[in-house]
Amino acid sequence: MTAVESTARAGARLRAPATLAYLIYVEVVKVVRIPMFAIFTILFPTLLFAMFGLPSVNDTEKGIIAGRYMMSSFGAYAVMGVALFSFGVAIASERGMGWNKLLRATPMNPLSYFIAKIAMAVLVGLATVTLLYLFAGLVAHVQMGLSTWVGLVGLLMAGMVPFVALGLWLGYLGGPQSAAVLANLINLPLSFASGLFIPVQMLPDVVQKIAPYLPSYHVAQLGWTFLGAGDGKGMGYHLVWLAGYTVVFLALAVVWYRRDEGKTFG
Amino acid sequence: MSQRFGRRPTVELHDVTKDFGKVRALDGVSLVVEPGETVAVLGPNGAGKTTAISIMLGLRAPTSGRALLYGQNPRDPASRRHAGVMLQDSGIPPSLKVREAVEMFRRLYERPMSVEAALGAAGLGEKANVKVDSLSGGQRQRLYFALAIVGNPHVLFLDEPTVGLDVESRRGFWDRIEEMVEEGKTLVLTTHYLEEADELADRIVVIDHGKIIAEGSPAAIKATVGGKTVRFRSSGVREAYLRDLPGVRRASVSGDSVEMYTMEPEADLYRMFRDGIEVSELEVVGVGLEEAFVALTSNRKEVAA
Repeated sequence: MTAVESTARAGARLRAPATLAYLIYVEVVKVVRIPMFAIFTILFPTLLFAMFGLPSVNDTEKGIIAGRYMMSSFGAYAVMGVALFSFGVAIASERGMGWNKLLRATPMNPLSYFIAKIAMAVLVGLATVTLLYLFAGLVAHVQMGLSTWVGLVGLLMAGMVPFVALGLWLGYLGGPQSAAVLANLINLPLSFASGLFIPVQMLPDVVQKIAPYLPSYHVAQLGWTFLGAGDGKGMGYHLVWLAGYTVVFLALAVVWYRRDEGKTFG
Repeated sequence: MSQRFGRRPTVELHDVTKDFGKVRALDGVSLVVEPGETVAVLGPNGAGKTTAISIMLGLRAPTSGRALLYGQNPRDPASRRHAGVMLQDSGIPPSLKVREAVEMFRRLYERPMSVEAALGAAGLGEKANVKVDSLSGGQRQRLYFALAIVGNPHVLFLDEPTVGLDVESRRGFWDRIEEMVEEGKTLVLTTHYLEEADELADRIVVIDHGKIIAEGSPAAIKATVGGKTVRFRSSGVREAYLRDLPGVRRASVSGDSVEMYTMEPEADLYRMFRDGIEVSELEVVGVGLEEAFVALTSNRKEVAA
């Protein structure tokens, strides 16, 4: 390696964080500029909370004020939607249009693409949850201390991890249309069955039996446990469940990713 | 530094085979492209051209054999740091602005040119702040070109780069490519427009059914086929008669204008004159790349059938 080249290589390394920052910027801009996408993922959780949660924020749920209880439920719904739609469906759509293929022909490490996308999902997730919490605090007067806010948001971000892995699998499972359909088929029924819209104990018996096996249930339980309204199993228990789901979804995603690389004529 | 790359072939395919399920898309292809060379890969649809380029770029792994890009495994992203590409069936997210897409690609390379320079060279300077979804087909093709060159690559891989362009844009596009070739860039391209390959390429590689069936300079390719194209005007001559002439491989008559492709023009014309056929505006020309290509690939089909 000559001096000129090693200098250039060092330059490239130094530029890497700036490059990653730009990749993240591009990812965020892509999501925010599609109004339907933005409304669906960013505004919808707040909208649903306003319609279904607002009338009963001052009730009591599991021994705490219902409004606070709902911050974990609707928050879990929010991060799930971001991971499935802004992340998963977006991957399927970019794969379908041949953007991924073009990127794979550049010197970009494929990992950068996923890191940028995950960073975008975290940022959009934070924006979505923040909007929900601002609305809850300012309009619905749900009282929470700053440390509770921060703790809850942190737990929701952790709870987003398995859904990012699920989104990744969705992204490589099929085409753009089928990914969107699948995401919808997963998002709403899972939210409902996990007691995110109506508390679990008010759901039909069958659903109550299924709920403890669903990843979304464990995300919400993280928050409920933190707020003192959990099922008593402790946070570690729910984290183990979520870690298990992450491993399974990630393994499926890797299998489909590999399959995708070998597929299609060219 | 350029010497370092000068010693390495830009592209090496060593006995590369690629299967898609039961279909063999490439069958024992060996090909070396040296720096500064201009190589056109030609072949009918489905011959394996795009598969060959995909393997050169590491988009796909060969089923057997070995591919190298500047002496490195092309599956390693770092091997592509001197390569710019235009691919078929690729897309750019519609909500991105032109400038953003080019800036993003610029940041993936070590010694890129400025966004303005790339857009200028692509003739897209005025569209920098426009979203991709409002570009016309031709403008989109220019954007792909800007993405291919913004990294200041040593080699350009162009897979059917002028598909969807009108004649004028095509001309302009090839002018720009010619400039880059004159600067010393290596070029690997596939195209349907054989006259363009004829003008631009030092070397032509003809692929059919996944195999290289001919390789050489455009002149050499034409010479392997031999024969001449004979055109003239004559009333009352029938195609069947022409096809029976000993040297004729193909003949077509429309109205009074006749075109035939023959291996023995002198003998065939002598016979026609002897048979009393009157001819005007006679023209005998060397075979074009188009004819050579058709002859090469159709021969093979006959062998296969």
